[in-house]
Amino acid sequence: MNKNSNIYQILYAAIMVVLVGAVLALVYMSLKPRQDENIANDKRRQILAAVHIAPPTESETGATFDKYVTGGMLVDSLGAVVDTTRKAAFEVDMSKNVKQAQRQLPVFVCTLDDGSTKYVIPLYGAGLWGPIWGYAAVDDNGNTVYGTYFTHSGETPGLGARITEPEFQKQFDGKELHKEGAFKSIAVMKKGQKPLDGSDYVDAISGATITSRGVGDMLEQCIKYYEPFLKQLSNRSNQ
Amino acid sequence: MLSKRNKEVLFNPLSKDNPVLVQILGICSTLAVTVKLEPAIVMGLSVITVMAFSNVIISLIRKTIPTTIRIIVQLVVVAALVIVVQQFLVAYDYDVSLQLNVFIGLIITNCILMGRLEAFALNNKPWPSFLDGVGNGLGYMLILVIVAFFRELLGSGTLLGYQVIPQWCYDHGYMDNGMMILPPMALITVACIIWVQRARNKDLQEQA
Repeated sequence: MNKNSNIYQILYAAIMVVLVGAVLALVYMSLKPRQDENIANDKRRQILAAVHIAPPTESETGATFDKYVTGGMLVDSLGAVVDTTRKAAFEVDMSKNVKQAQRQLPVFVCTLDDGSTKYVIPLYGAGLWGPIWGYAAVDDNGNTVYGTYFTHSGETPGLGARITEPEFQKQFDGKELHKEGAFKSIAVMKKGQKPLDGSDYVDAISGATITSRGVGDMLEQCIKYYEPFLKQLSNRSNQ
Repeated sequence: MLSKRNKEVLFNPLSKDNPVLVQILGICSTLAVTVKLEPAIVMGLSVITVMAFSNVIISLIRKTIPTTIRIIVQLVVVAALVIVVQQFLVAYDYDVSLQLNVFIGLIITNCILMGRLEAFALNNKPWPSFLDGVGNGLGYMLILVIVAFFRELLGSGTLLGYQVIPQWCYDHGYMDNGMMILPPMALITVACIIWVQRARNKDLQEQA
């Protein structure tokens, strides 16, 4: 057979592509359960990181998560609780959720060693090259940030990617989400600048203007939906 | 099994014919994944796997490949293997897969791979091709590990994540060199290795 005839070439390419496609599909299907488990564990680790807890080893992630994250719920935009299972909150895919008109608002309830309760809110926004996401833990007064965790899919290493560093995330600890009763998200400002509306602020990462702004916007855009829920928390703690 | 020629095929890429040092291929990933030892080792192993198997596969089907579309065939084989490696990493070493995310995908564009397929696998039997793939992969990994060793040691004071520079050094004013973590120092480290190697191998020195 003539190896350089058109028919041979086209057939060769077609058969090769089908074969390779089949092999890849097989590999993907057989590894999927394990991969999903890894991804879920990574999510657990991220939620724990927002309340400053790191699982001692990778295999203990599940147990640590069960110990500290004692509950979860879905709330609506009026602050009413619509679902009280941790599973429901855990299964919300934020990347799809933020595009919907009726957003589901998951909250994770964490009980720490000292008995205090923290509420962890998932965040999802845009960086420079792709999505950024994370978690913010709020005290039970519905106002003070206890801790944050941010990560990203493809920000510039050494610049935008530094939002994953504890030095950046630690800045948010103790900042307040309200000023004089009104919701004022934490601003991410260039070093030396202050927001005009008097809200709390942290220093941006130099050289990563757009990613830093993305973090600020993400906090505001995600937490604002929880405003009624946070109000209820603060009313409850004032009683 | 290991004739004299096969031995050369396997071991020459380690020094005399090293893909990174002598052929100056695969520099991009050498800069990118050598900040820490662990990703460098995983990256090296991934390249060895992909290179060995793509060499074998191409060698097996070398008589059927139409010459006009051989580059496409090579690309499809390499891309498929890279995706398989990536899927395995996500399933079995998730943390490292996150760190290597982009670079595993970029194995496809690693010049060493296509170079070996074109230059060796298309004209040789599967067994020598396999050895050639492993040899070149090892040569690449060797450099990656050497560079990563110095960068992690001097840049972070750790090796494989374990602290090796004792605390009293820091107490007496020793500081990790932040420069080592940045890509330019990888280039300089590679240059130093090339320097040492050329100084020892007279026949690699270019005529002035």
